[in-house]
Amino acid sequence: MNATTPSETVTEALLEVNGRSVPYSEGGRVLGALREAGFDVPTLCYESRLEPQGTCRMCLVDVEVDGRIEQVASCTAFQQPNMKVTTHSDSLKEYRRTILDMLLSETGPQAECPQCLSFNKCEFHSATDEYGADAGWLNPITPREKAPDPNPFIQRDYDFCIGCFRCTNVCNDWEMAGAITVDGRSQESKIFSFFDNELLKSPCTFCGQCINTCPTGALTNKKIVGTTIAEKLERTKTICPYCGVGCGIELLTQDGELKGSEPDFTAPSQGSLCVKGQFGSWDFVKSADRLTTPLIRKDGELQPASWDEAISLVASKFQHYKDTDGPDSLVLWASARVTSESNYLMQKFARVAVGTNNIDNCSRT
Amino acid sequence: MSNSIEELGDTDYLLVLGSNTTETHPVIALRMKKAVRKGAKLTVVDPRKIELTKWATRHMQPKIGTDIALLNAMCHVIIKEGLYDQSYIDRKTEGFEGLAAHLDMYTPEYAERITGVSAQDIIDTAREYAEASPKAAVCYTLGITEHSCGSHNVQAVSNLAMLCGNFGQRSAGVNPLRGQNNVQGASDMGALPTDLPGYQKVERPGVREKFEAAWGSPLPKRRGITKITALDQMIRGRVKALYIMGENSIASDAHANHSRRAIEACEFVVVQDIFLTDTAQLADVVFPAAAFAESEGTFSNSERRVQRVRKAVEPPGEAREDWRILLDMFEAMGYPQTMTTASEIWDEIASVAPILAGISYERLDKEGGLQWPCPTPDHPGTEYLHKEEFESGEGVPGFFAPVDHIAPAEEPDEEYPYVLTTGRRRSTYHTGTQTGRVDGFELLVPHEWAEISPHDADVLGIEDEEVIEVATRRGVVTVHAKITDVSPPGTIFMSFAFPESTMTNVLTSDAYDFITETPEFKACAVKVTKLAVAEDAVAAGD
Repeated sequence: MNATTPSETVTEALLEVNGRSVPYSEGGRVLGALREAGFDVPTLCYESRLEPQGTCRMCLVDVEVDGRIEQVASCTAFQQPNMKVTTHSDSLKEYRRTILDMLLSETGPQAECPQCLSFNKCEFHSATDEYGADAGWLNPITPREKAPDPNPFIQRDYDFCIGCFRCTNVCNDWEMAGAITVDGRSQESKIFSFFDNELLKSPCTFCGQCINTCPTGALTNKKIVGTTIAEKLERTKTICPYCGVGCGIELLTQDGELKGSEPDFTAPSQGSLCVKGQFGSWDFVKSADRLTTPLIRKDGELQPASWDEAISLVASKFQHYKDTDGPDSLVLWASARVTSESNYLMQKFARVAVGTNNIDNCSRT
Repeated sequence: MSNSIEELGDTDYLLVLGSNTTETHPVIALRMKKAVRKGAKLTVVDPRKIELTKWATRHMQPKIGTDIALLNAMCHVIIKEGLYDQSYIDRKTEGFEGLAAHLDMYTPEYAERITGVSAQDIIDTAREYAEASPKAAVCYTLGITEHSCGSHNVQAVSNLAMLCGNFGQRSAGVNPLRGQNNVQGASDMGALPTDLPGYQKVERPGVREKFEAAWGSPLPKRRGITKITALDQMIRGRVKALYIMGENSIASDAHANHSRRAIEACEFVVVQDIFLTDTAQLADVVFPAAAFAESEGTFSNSERRVQRVRKAVEPPGEAREDWRILLDMFEAMGYPQTMTTASEIWDEIASVAPILAGISYERLDKEGGLQWPCPTPDHPGTEYLHKEEFESGEGVPGFFAPVDHIAPAEEPDEEYPYVLTTGRRRSTYHTGTQTGRVDGFELLVPHEWAEISPHDADVLGIEDEEVIEVATRRGVVTVHAKITDVSPPGTIFMSFAFPESTMTNVLTSDAYDFITETPEFKACAVKVTKLAVAEDAVAAGD
């Protein structure tokens, strides 16, 4: 026993979640600790990239510090060493169910939620299912109104809005676009865009962050919603095909058909996209203008040909110029648009098969 | 970029030159805005009143093509006032005395006469940048490089950053924001006439031999020719055959009529693309390629991060992944390759390029993207360069290369009194082959616009959206006018995303940087005419 080595004298501070110990993290929130411990609570107003709001009250937990028990919103409350956290007592569960009952009573029918139908079970309805929420004992309240907005990108079904204000927070504090705001108070509050509630006339850049943070079906991708079936949708992580930022996206496919894309929140871009990555990465792929067969110019016109014919024609022509005019009579231009693997092969092809260093790409043009 | 995108959000000072970041790199602009919200100062250097200026603490509007005078004067102030990082200069640079002597004449007042930016703004910016160093980041885009003095512009930026020790530090550095999804990767792969994969110089002793051994084949000794030289040699009949992969050269290269003449003069042209672009229409053979969503592979982004691209759907008809077409071409030319998957191609890349040696598909799938240099399988990748030492070329210290102001090759005159500068808009990308086929984007930018200042529009009697004629010595286009105070008087801005109706690049300059051969897209002299007037002139000429 050597008590003098520093590593053994410093004991790691811990806290306890439902009896399970997790390391205390200075400055960390209780929500982080309970998730670290393998538990979870619904977080309807919480957006991990922004300062927590603590307004939806769904993440409320019991914490015990120095024998004193209190209820805190776990998204805003800071961890303390030796804190004991209880996440799912009967009273907490009952409390959450009551809030969800009330939210259900003021929103459109769950069976019609655009997010749940077309993409995946939304956070709100995942919570109502988990907690067995039922608005039957409440008088229904007229939901917020849909916004008749002609923009082709963002569908605004505010009858599913639960007033969490993640959309306005992400627009103002993450994207810093300031296109939407909260108008009115309490039950009368609604999301409004400058200047007359049509996004095309507002400062909106159609980055789509509001859609992606919305925990219900209030905001969805208008280009996709209704064309997909949530249960059949598959997702493939890849990279946006436009600029050099290289934001992560997930391509949505259904029965082998490309249907759209969503941001990849696990990528270094943290779910950020611009209008191109959010709404512009699939239409061109599916365009009827795509080339589908090799073409060879015959009698002055480009005409369909087989791969074998096209490849052997190019190979024989290249061989001809290589033999008669020398390898440097050929030039190859690679591409900033295609994969590195293809660029690698093209420069290797130029150098090995043709025998020239006449290989360039558009980085200078 | 010497540093990473995320780090920009934590910097104390941002100097953004020739980069319309909110339009061209919107997600990088978010980090810039984040830094400003946290208290960083942001100086935007741009002739136009771009959106980012709304976030800027200072906007300097130099005359187009006068960046060197501005940067030199900032360095002048920093040297005269002793604001430089002496320790950094002593340990990691060479040529300081030469630079100091050279910059003696670049007083802020002298620079004011060239740039039109007030001497006091230059002095204040220099002091702020030096004060924030070494946590001051410079970002630039093609507004710096696409000039006939582009490589000297870059050197002037580098001199400034070295003076204040802004290399090898977090949230600092010199950060060119790369324009296309894999422009970094294309160069990393050695798709350059001077470089083999991993920036190993063709003509450096030992390099060719190394690749000859790795590839089991003799390799050409002399460096190749750039795109610019190749176009000239096509016209002269010395280049007979051209193989273009994934590029609409005619619409994207400067001086489009010249590009078209050259490619038409070339005897045999092969274009591999996903659409029958303006360029593909000139080809003798067209190979149909798979799009990104139909391909396995990697892209490398602006911060040197290699990221996996994954196939989600099958390509249409007989279209094939680019690398499969190339493997077929190897085979047909009698050089069959053993690689059969994108992963195997990557393994060969990693085996020949030391900066990528530690990266594998297995790691990319498990860890996400990795930033080079990543020399070994246990290396975490490199967030920012020069952390240990300032590397310059052969490992020698960074060298202060004195540079002088060089005016754009073509300046406005009586006949062509305006300056045309080109760039991108957020929702239209490059030559529009992709964004032109996205439903809904036509509502954001319906057609090409020539952006013109209210003053100039008034003088010429031009209304908003009126179709006007814009002409240079090389070509003429018709285009809708957009009256906006983003453009200062005397400056016209256009993108090149609607080549079918407005082929902007028939206008652009035939000048290029004499070192990199990058064309001067950012400055040429134009005249602007009301269409009715232009037609009358033609009629009178008859």
